[in-house]
Amino acid sequence: MPFVEVLDTGPLTTIQDAGRFGLRDFGVSQAGPMDQLAFEMSNLLVGNVKSAAAFEFALNGGRFRFDANTAVAVTGPGVELSIDGAAMATNQTLKIDAGQILCIGPVRNGLWGYLAVAGGINTQPVLGSRATHLRFGLGGLAGRSLVGGDRVPVASTDGSPPVRIAEQDLPKTDQTPIRVILGPQDDYFHPDMIAQFLSTTFRVSTRVDRMASILDGAPLIATRGHDIISDATIPGVIQVPASGQPLILMAEGQTTGGYPKIATIIGADLRRVAQTAPGKNLSFVAVAPEEAEAALLGYRNQHHKILKSVCLAKFGQICNAQLYSTNLISGVWDSNTGKE
Amino acid sequence: MGPKARILHCGEQAFSVELADEIDENVNLRIIALAKHLKEDPPDGLVELIPSYRSLLVCFNPSQITGKSMERALLDRLDQVHKPKVNTGALWDIPAVYGGEVGLDLDDLAYEKNLSQPEFIQLHSSSTYRIYMIGFAPGFCYLGGLPEVLHTPRLPQPRPNIPQGAIGIGGRQGSINSVAGPSGWRFIAWTPLKIFAPERLEPFLLRPGDRVRFVPVSAEEGNDLSRRQASGEIIVRPQ
Repeated sequence: MPFVEVLDTGPLTTIQDAGRFGLRDFGVSQAGPMDQLAFEMSNLLVGNVKSAAAFEFALNGGRFRFDANTAVAVTGPGVELSIDGAAMATNQTLKIDAGQILCIGPVRNGLWGYLAVAGGINTQPVLGSRATHLRFGLGGLAGRSLVGGDRVPVASTDGSPPVRIAEQDLPKTDQTPIRVILGPQDDYFHPDMIAQFLSTTFRVSTRVDRMASILDGAPLIATRGHDIISDATIPGVIQVPASGQPLILMAEGQTTGGYPKIATIIGADLRRVAQTAPGKNLSFVAVAPEEAEAALLGYRNQHHKILKSVCLAKFGQICNAQLYSTNLISGVWDSNTGKE
Repeated sequence: MGPKARILHCGEQAFSVELADEIDENVNLRIIALAKHLKEDPPDGLVELIPSYRSLLVCFNPSQITGKSMERALLDRLDQVHKPKVNTGALWDIPAVYGGEVGLDLDDLAYEKNLSQPEFIQLHSSSTYRIYMIGFAPGFCYLGGLPEVLHTPRLPQPRPNIPQGAIGIGGRQGSINSVAGPSGWRFIAWTPLKIFAPERLEPFLLRPGDRVRFVPVSAEEGNDLSRRQASGEIIVRPQ
């Protein structure tokens, strides 16, 4: 079986597929990609099904050597990459030959990026999924993050998958406040504290991983205390432990928790939260459930259109003008978004 | 189903159906009954159900059903689901090797509670525990029914690595560690029974509503059961 050799990589590079669903009632959170859209796009660009297993990396990609001719695609906000030293663009199919080295640099305008390989990563599924669950050591390669020297098996292909580009930009990581629905335990907080939560500009701390992002800001105090009878959690809930520092649960967050949940991030904005790197700011605005629902349906529609825009192309037929017009050379992520 | 029920938004894709604000067997029985009812006859757009002590998280897909319609469906169900007669969960007799390296707190706890070691073991193993919920880690179950004498606060600083199978006490609850990891609970025994084994046909043995009894066995018996389990034998069957 062909493999990809990891020469060196960042601390949070893992194998992820769509995730491990339907097991939250048994204490297993889904894992899967932190940025579902970027993940799915990387797969479609190499001709895979959108849920195929791919590499996810945070902050920094690393170097990968291929032992067979194949095709790869890299997605993520402001990711720089090269093949044997020649600069390449995100969001398109890249042919790579046996022995060549793909070098993926920092994720400049966000946090998470993806590398998909034609055929998909072919590790052994655990509980029906290849997604790495780091906390409990499930899936991926021995349930852990990848390190230099790892050889990751990939499915065989004939080495000539169709070349694709994405004609549509991924949505920008803009700076508007993150929309939330208050609750389910907003009644643990005095209305003044809710007002403080909604007017504070929080800073994403360095304590960020696949489980959670912890925010720094004026502490939030729960009038009724910071312990609830433990109940279920899902990605996007904002827990407030006794430290007063809000903790946003993400893809690998635990399935139950004993802290009051002041609010829940709406589905349409969760991806933006995931892509907000340590040191960047986040603020929140409360919306009605109906507005969140409409936003979710709109986001899904946009998501679908973006994935549909991945189209067949031939290298020779993409002129520079076209590349610029689709913003492929500078990356789809507007360089201005780096300022957030 | 009781006047105290509240249906709370947890984002736009889930409702938390909260029946009470207490840990109570009857409340928990109703939660499990509601989950069962919804699972057997799912409303349109239902995605996932996550029961806990006193609430049920109902995850749904707004592309298939609006929040308003789901809320109405849940209110209807609350009217239809009645208090179950008795607990119908399975009963598990789980072998337990008390003390030793894993049950490292047994001596201290017995001393603290002014009990001899055999008295402590007798007390812990003569109770029937009930699984109120599963969460925190794959297959990790929270056990109610710990005799009051044995209630013990968690450690202020968790220990970094408690093995799989460790049997513990955290406050007024009991537990069986389903995976290795850090824990602030106090540990008094271990079981060879793997309650979570991802490679097994049935990866999770225990379910909310099941009951558990601990059966003291010697370290040799425990090791022997471990070996038999490793070779594929089923070492405990529910009643």
